[in-house]
Amino acid sequence: MSEDQSTTTSSRRRVLEIDALTLQFGGLTALDDVTFHIEEGEILGLIGPNGAGKTTCFNAITGIYRPTRGDIRFEGTSIAGHKRFQITQLGVARTFQNIRLFRSMTALENVLVGADAKHSTGMASALFRLPKHRREEREGHDRAMELLAFMGLQKRADELAANLSYGDQRRLEIARAMATEPKLICLDEPAAGFNPAEKAQLMELIRRVRDQGYTVLLIEHDMKLVMGVTDRIVVLEFGRKIAEGTPAEIRDNPAVIAAYLGVDEEDAS
Amino acid sequence: MNFDFLFNNFAELTVTGLAFGAIYALIALGYTMVYGVLQLINFAHSEVFMYGTFAALWTTMLLVGDTDVSTLRGIGVLLCSLVAAMAMSATIALLLERFAYRPLLKRNAPRLIALISAIGASFVLAELMGLRDRVAAWFGLDDNLSEYVSGARINRSMPSVLENKQLFPIGDYQVTSVDVLVIVSAIAMMVALDQFVRRSKMGRGIRATAQDPETAALMGVNATRAVQMTFLLGGLMAGAAAFLYMLKIETTKFDVGFLLGVKAFTAAVLGGIGNLRGALVGGLILGVAENWGSALFGSEWRDVVAFVLLVVILLFRPTGILGESLGKARA
Amino acid sequence: MSKTPSVKGITSSFGSRVAGLPKPAKIGMWIALAVFAYALPLLEPPFISPPGTDFGGVLFTVTIYMLVALGLNIVVGYAGLLDLGYVGFYAVGAYTAAILTTFHANWPLLLALPFAVLASTVSGILLGAPTLRVRGDYLAIVTLGFGEIIRLVALNTEWLGASKGINDIARPPGVELFEIPHLNWDSGTPLLDFNDTTTFIEFGVLDQIPYYWMGLTVVIIVLFADKLIKDSRVGRAWEATREDEDVAELMGVPTFRFKLLAFATGAFIGGLAGALYASRQSFINPLSFLLLFSIMFLAAVVIGGQGNRWGVLVGAFLVAYLPERFREFTDFRVLVFGAALMLLAIFRPEGLLPPRRTVRAKQAAAEIEALEEGADGEETSRV
Ligand SMILES: Nc1ncnc2c1ncn2[C@@H]1O[C@H](COP(=O)(O)OP(=O)(O)O)[C@@H](O)[C@H]1O
Ligand SMILES: [Mg+2]
Repeated sequence: MSEDQSTTTSSRRRVLEIDALTLQFGGLTALDDVTFHIEEGEILGLIGPNGAGKTTCFNAITGIYRPTRGDIRFEGTSIAGHKRFQITQLGVARTFQNIRLFRSMTALENVLVGADAKHSTGMASALFRLPKHRREEREGHDRAMELLAFMGLQKRADELAANLSYGDQRRLEIARAMATEPKLICLDEPAAGFNPAEKAQLMELIRRVRDQGYTVLLIEHDMKLVMGVTDRIVVLEFGRKIAEGTPAEIRDNPAVIAAYLGVDEEDAS
Repeated sequence: MNFDFLFNNFAELTVTGLAFGAIYALIALGYTMVYGVLQLINFAHSEVFMYGTFAALWTTMLLVGDTDVSTLRGIGVLLCSLVAAMAMSATIALLLERFAYRPLLKRNAPRLIALISAIGASFVLAELMGLRDRVAAWFGLDDNLSEYVSGARINRSMPSVLENKQLFPIGDYQVTSVDVLVIVSAIAMMVALDQFVRRSKMGRGIRATAQDPETAALMGVNATRAVQMTFLLGGLMAGAAAFLYMLKIETTKFDVGFLLGVKAFTAAVLGGIGNLRGALVGGLILGVAENWGSALFGSEWRDVVAFVLLVVILLFRPTGILGESLGKARA
Repeated sequence: MSKTPSVKGITSSFGSRVAGLPKPAKIGMWIALAVFAYALPLLEPPFISPPGTDFGGVLFTVTIYMLVALGLNIVVGYAGLLDLGYVGFYAVGAYTAAILTTFHANWPLLLALPFAVLASTVSGILLGAPTLRVRGDYLAIVTLGFGEIIRLVALNTEWLGASKGINDIARPPGVELFEIPHLNWDSGTPLLDFNDTTTFIEFGVLDQIPYYWMGLTVVIIVLFADKLIKDSRVGRAWEATREDEDVAELMGVPTFRFKLLAFATGAFIGGLAGALYASRQSFINPLSFLLLFSIMFLAAVVIGGQGNRWGVLVGAFLVAYLPERFREFTDFRVLVFGAALMLLAIFRPEGLLPPRRTVRAKQAAAEIEALEEGADGEETSRV
């Protein structure tokens, strides 16, 4: 705790703690002894050159990979080794670097699947239309429409996900993740493929997501954008954490400058 | 459970099991290669095999008739029917690729649909053989060919060409020349195929396509050719299997492919689908296990033993015994 | 090629027109349809009613196929699990009914029915629990093996009647209330024929129409249940799992549990169909449960349009009815069936009546393609 005191106020609760996380694929060490944490209500940027291990870090947090060593704690309890759907139900949601929607379901249904993470309607309730089914269906539907409206997608609710425009698909992924009512929402390059105006809009949106009470972990390549929207930044390179701090601190950090030096931003994404 | 029977006939059960297993393995190669490249269960591969058995049967009937033949001539006849069976099976396999799969692959149809097409093709092929007397009649050939097309729905036996000699004993079982021929030639075929896929340019193309069709295409591999080649090789192996099967069992029928196909596919899955060596291992294990199992529980439980073995192995090793895919096989 | 869009246009505009009707009109239409379905065997319409065979019996077979197709559609169409051994569940249901009503006990059918369904559901869970974790493609072969194991065990076990099978399976209880005359078309115009009547409602040996009514009733109930389940968290979870299992899991769907649920539900319906079939047939043996039937069932689902409950009903109707109607070509049945499967797979891979959304997605894709082609055309013309 004490070592972080210089950069942040330690009064806020830690939502997620990554503790000496190491992840190896055969001989390749994708994450090497990485430690950082996320505090409640902040936007933490996770940046680094291509192949630095950012997505791998998300995959470890959401239970796709089991840590080789180290631990991941969500609100104080270890989630390493939990099943993926359990981690989501606990309150971690994510989007994907390559869009992965349920393509032949409608936008609304995609969000409903997310909302169902907090529901427990089973065969019997559905079959006999028990009060639980009715209540959860109503709540889920209201919440889903609210989220679609929040993302500016309410008019497209009944459109198949596959038929949405690229930008709408990216926004729908965020809506679907938010529908699971997570405490922590992990966005993997949500602005990839956007033009600068769209990127700025999206960052504004992410700030509003945070203002609704979510904690955000954001992977993004565009340094300018990351600087503008995040509260703190963690920098990875070759699977190691090379820097951590406020945007201002990161901007002046020689190691970060070296890592990004000569790397064109478009190249890096 | 009849342990005495198993122990008293252990050598015989094992050797004939290996011979059967070798035949399963040769058929399994077709399943495993097509699966490795297209992720498709080529349900009609059983019919590729079945047509091979008939090619062997007809060639022998044509060349031998009812007369006894000399050993030398007999060997010639056998070689001819081997070639005929391989040619027939390869032709059927290529026809399947052209008419049942390629139209679907072009449209990127879901895999379930490709399976349905394969099932349809399998029915068509089997029934055409099972109705061959009618088909011949349409063309007015039923009189000329009656010897070949009659008894379309019953077992037809092959005239015996060479005497099945007892060669040497293992335990108290006299190993026969057919046993040796089947096992040795099956393994030789498989080694040749394995080397071809590992070393030749075409083989590299097949493996590349199996691993990543898009990248392979970018690197200049002609995907259509690679797929065709896969079917061709699978067909050749099934033809060889058909010939060996006729040597060992000596009778065939229009629906003979079905159970053998299911068993061979089981062997492929058992060894690790997509894996050529796995097909051999899976086939031999299946053949021997079936024989031992039917000795223990009674021959009517033979097929049950095979399926239970499959389920059990998949539970403990979900990717089969060797579990490596065609794409990942190292050169 | 140019024909299909117009056909699609007609069906979809018909669908939207029905959807646009006021609720009472819609309900009225459904009731009329149901009444027609119940009355169909009494009407004995010429041409449709197959010559030489009992129309009621054929229609009963159709309802059994429909039931099976609805059950298999949950497994294959909704949850995306390829099951090649569905006949195994059908067999478990049939054998349980047979054992309990005649072979080893003398229960009435209605008491045995729940146990038959229970047995098939349990066998579904026992098969699914270990195998649903293996990769999708292996599931196909494992289920195929399961279907064969069930049949071979029945064939080789005296306790299950071995190859002789089981006779005298109990029929449903009936009450003989009144006689309903059939129509007679011999004179060219339909006339009520009071010599040819069906007793409402007696499950006899000769007149199979009451069985058809029973089958149809069960189909309607299952249809309702299917709709209720599909439009709920359960249906969405199945669909999400089919679309992308990994993402579904990451969105909080316990995919294994839902796959098992789909498997068990499918087994439930399959077992029910098997038990009803056994009761009407009153005799079963292992030949009634060949692997060929699994494939026919799957074909019914895929031909009709997997994922669409009305589509699979159409598929079931075709698969069960056409071979009965055209018995004179009986030798060529399988050949024609195989050719039809191939042609369908090649020319209409989404099935005859695909889910409306599949059609929509395809249309959108075609539009985009057309746009792209148009753009290409412009470019080339400019060059
Ligand atoms: N499943 C895997 N197997 C092997 N290597 C992997 C796997 N996933 C990621 N890697 C490797 O780990 C490294 C980090 O990748 P990734 O986390 O995707 O980087 P990025 O920071 O661009 O998101 C890369 O070298 C990548 O090749
Ligand atoms: Mg990444």
